[in-house]
Amino acid sequence: MKSNSSLVSYLQVAPLALVLLLFVIVPIALVVVVSVFRYQILVGSVPDFTFRNYIDILSNPTNWRLYLSTLKFTVIVLAITGVLGFWISYFLVFHVRSLLIAIGLFLVCTVPFWTSNIIRMISWRPVLGREGLINTALLKVGVVNEPLDWLLFSDFSVVVAYVHLFTLFMIVPIFNSMARIDKSLLEAAVDAGASRWGVIWNVVLPLSKTGLALGAVFVITLVMGDFFVVTVMSGGLSGSVTSGIFNDLQYLNYPRAAANAVILMIIVLTIAAAIFRLVDVRKELAR
Amino acid sequence: MTEKVKNAKPKQGLTRRKLLKGSAAAASVAAGSGVITGFPTVWAQNIKDITLNHTGMSYSTLIDIARQATKDLGFTVEMSVTDHPGLTNRMVNDPESIDVADSEIWQTKIYVPLGVTQAVDTEKITLWDKMTPLYTEGVFAGQEVSRQGDSPYEIMYRDAIDGVSFHDGPTRWATFMPGVYNADTLGIRPDLVGKDITSWADLFDPAFDGKSAIQNIPTIGIMDAIMAMEASGLATYGDKGNPTRDEIDKTIAKLIELKRDDHWRALWNTFDESVNLMASGEVVIQSMWSPAVTAVRAQGISCVYQPLKEGYRGWGNGLALMSHLDGLKLEAAYEYLNWYVSGWMGGFIAKQGYYISVPETAKDFLSENEAGFFYDGKPATDVITSPTGDKINNAGDVRDGGSYEERFKKVSVWNNLMDEAEFLFAKWNEFTAA
Repeated sequence: MKSNSSLVSYLQVAPLALVLLLFVIVPIALVVVVSVFRYQILVGSVPDFTFRNYIDILSNPTNWRLYLSTLKFTVIVLAITGVLGFWISYFLVFHVRSLLIAIGLFLVCTVPFWTSNIIRMISWRPVLGREGLINTALLKVGVVNEPLDWLLFSDFSVVVAYVHLFTLFMIVPIFNSMARIDKSLLEAAVDAGASRWGVIWNVVLPLSKTGLALGAVFVITLVMGDFFVVTVMSGGLSGSVTSGIFNDLQYLNYPRAAANAVILMIIVLTIAAAIFRLVDVRKELAR
Repeated sequence: MTEKVKNAKPKQGLTRRKLLKGSAAAASVAAGSGVITGFPTVWAQNIKDITLNHTGMSYSTLIDIARQATKDLGFTVEMSVTDHPGLTNRMVNDPESIDVADSEIWQTKIYVPLGVTQAVDTEKITLWDKMTPLYTEGVFAGQEVSRQGDSPYEIMYRDAIDGVSFHDGPTRWATFMPGVYNADTLGIRPDLVGKDITSWADLFDPAFDGKSAIQNIPTIGIMDAIMAMEASGLATYGDKGNPTRDEIDKTIAKLIELKRDDHWRALWNTFDESVNLMASGEVVIQSMWSPAVTAVRAQGISCVYQPLKEGYRGWGNGLALMSHLDGLKLEAAYEYLNWYVSGWMGGFIAKQGYYISVPETAKDFLSENEAGFFYDGKPATDVITSPTGDKINNAGDVRDGGSYEERFKKVSVWNNLMDEAEFLFAKWNEFTAA
C-alpha cells in the first residue's frame, strides 16, 4: 500500500520533471560540456578536456571590466525600478478605491508590452538624440545653448531603456504581495499611533518583501543576461558580459562562449540564492 | 503545347518590363535586352516547384532581386538577410537552410576549410570569360591588383569540387561565382564638416570629436583604423590587410585613446544604423558603405563618399553553392547564378554604387546616362535615381571617385580575415569594453 502511493506521487511529478530535465538540465549540461572543449580557429570546437577557456576568461582584465560594467548597470536599474515599482504598486493597491479601476490601470501599465521590445527601445533615439525631442525643447526654451550629448549613446540612455523595459517586472510581483496585505493591519497600525510613513515602513514594506525579492531576481537576471539593449543604446560603445559571449559566438568560438556562460550563470545563481536567503519566499507564498 | 506557352511568357515579361522602366532610354535598353532572353534554359516541368534560398548580408541581399529572379526564371528565389557572423554561423551549423550563400571574399577562408560548400564549375557559367579579371586573374587595367589583404584572386580557385583548400592559380573549380564588389572609403556630410577632407587621417581629427563613427565589424573596422593610422603617420604596416600582433596592439591602443577622448559618437553594425547616424547629423564623418550614402542622399541630405589620397579599401562578394545541392535544385542554382550576371542584377545594383563581376551585361540594363555616370565617370546628363526611384544626383554631377577604372586602380588594401584574427577579436572586445 505504501509503495503504491509513493509510486502514484512519482507519476504525478513525472511530467514536470521530464520537461525540466529535457529543457533545462540537458541544455545546461551541454553548455558545461562544451565549455571544456578546445577551440581551434577555422576548425571549430574540438572535443577535449581543458580548463583553458576558464583560465582565459578569468585572467583577462577586459572580462573583469565587462562584469563590473554589467553589475553597475544591474545595481542602478535595480534601485530605480525598485523605487518606481514599489510606489506604483502602492498607489494601485492602497489609493485606488475601486478594484476595477486598479485592474484597469494595471493593464494600462502592460500596454507598452504589446509593441515589440526592439521598437520600444529604438524609439528612444529620436527622443534623446542631438536633434531629438528633448534637446530641441531644451534649446527652444533656452535652458541650454548646445544640445546635450550625454542623453544618447551613453550610460544614461542605457539605464533609461532598461528602466522603461523592466519596471513592469517589478510592479507585478510587488503588486501581488501588496494585494495580500490585510487592510485591517493598516487600520490597526494607524490606531496604534503610526504616521503614514510609519505605516509604510513598519507594515507595508516588510509584508511586500517577497514581491521585492522576486522582482529583484527578475530584473537582475534580465539585466545581466542582456546584450542587445546595452549595445544599441550605447551605440556599441559599452559592452556587457553577454555581448562578450555574443562576440565569441560570432567567430564560432563555442567553448569560450560556453565557459563565459557558465561563469555568468554561477554568479547570477549566487546572487539569487543570496536574495532568497534574506527573504524566505516559500514561507511567504504559503501564507 | 504547354511548352510553347511557357516559352512565350518570359520573353514577353522582359520586354514589357523594359518599356515600363522610367528614366531608362527605352530604345537602347530594348536593343540590349534581346541578348538576354531565353531564361530559364533548363526545361523541366517541375522546376517551377523549386525554391532557392539566397542568404547574405543587408547590402546585397535585396528583395527586389529575388522578385525579378522569380519572374525571369520561373522558380522561386527567396532572400534571407543576416549579418556577417550570422552568415558563417548558419552556413556551418544549419547548412540545409541555405542554398546559395552570398559571402564576402574573406569569409571563404572560414567556411571553405569546413567543407560546407561545393565549388562552382566554371564550365557551367556561360559568361565566365567575361568576368572581371580583378577576380579571375588578379590584374586590373594592366597592372597587378594590390596584394595587401585578401585580394579575390588569392581565394578564387579550389583543387576539386569538394576541395577544402585554395589552389594557387586558375582551375576549373571556383570557390564561388564573383558577384558584387566595390572600393570603400569614408562617408562625410559636406554641409556639416567645415573643411576639405582629403585623407584617411581625417577620421582621427580632433575637430570631429564626438561626431565620428567607425564600423563595429572587427575585421573591417580595423582596416579603416589602419588606413587612418598610416595616413596620420602614427604607424607603418607591412601588410595593411594582414597586421601583426604588434601592429594590432598599436592600432587598438589608438582607438581606445580616441574613445576615452569621446571621439566616437557611436559604433555601427548594419548599414541602416550608419544611415541614421549620418542623416540625423549625429555623425559627420564615418566608415560607410556605398548603399548607405545612396540612402542618405535619397532623403535629400547631402552626403559624399569621399575619395581619399591614400586609396580605397576593396571588398567583394560572390555566390557560393552549398554542398547539399544536387539534382534539379543544383541545376536551378546554376540557372540563378547565370541569371545573376546576365545584366538585370548588374544594372540594379549599379544604382547603389556597386559593380558587378560582368560589367558589360550590366551596361545593357542601364540607360546611357546611368552607364556613363556609374561606370565611366562622366557627368550625368539627367537626374540620377536610386534603385527605389529617389533622386540622388543632379544633371552635371560626376560620381564620387570617378570612373570604374580610376576607382579600382587605387585600391590600397582588401578586406581580409587576417592570420591574427583571433587575437584581433579579443583586442576589439577590449576596445568596445573600454
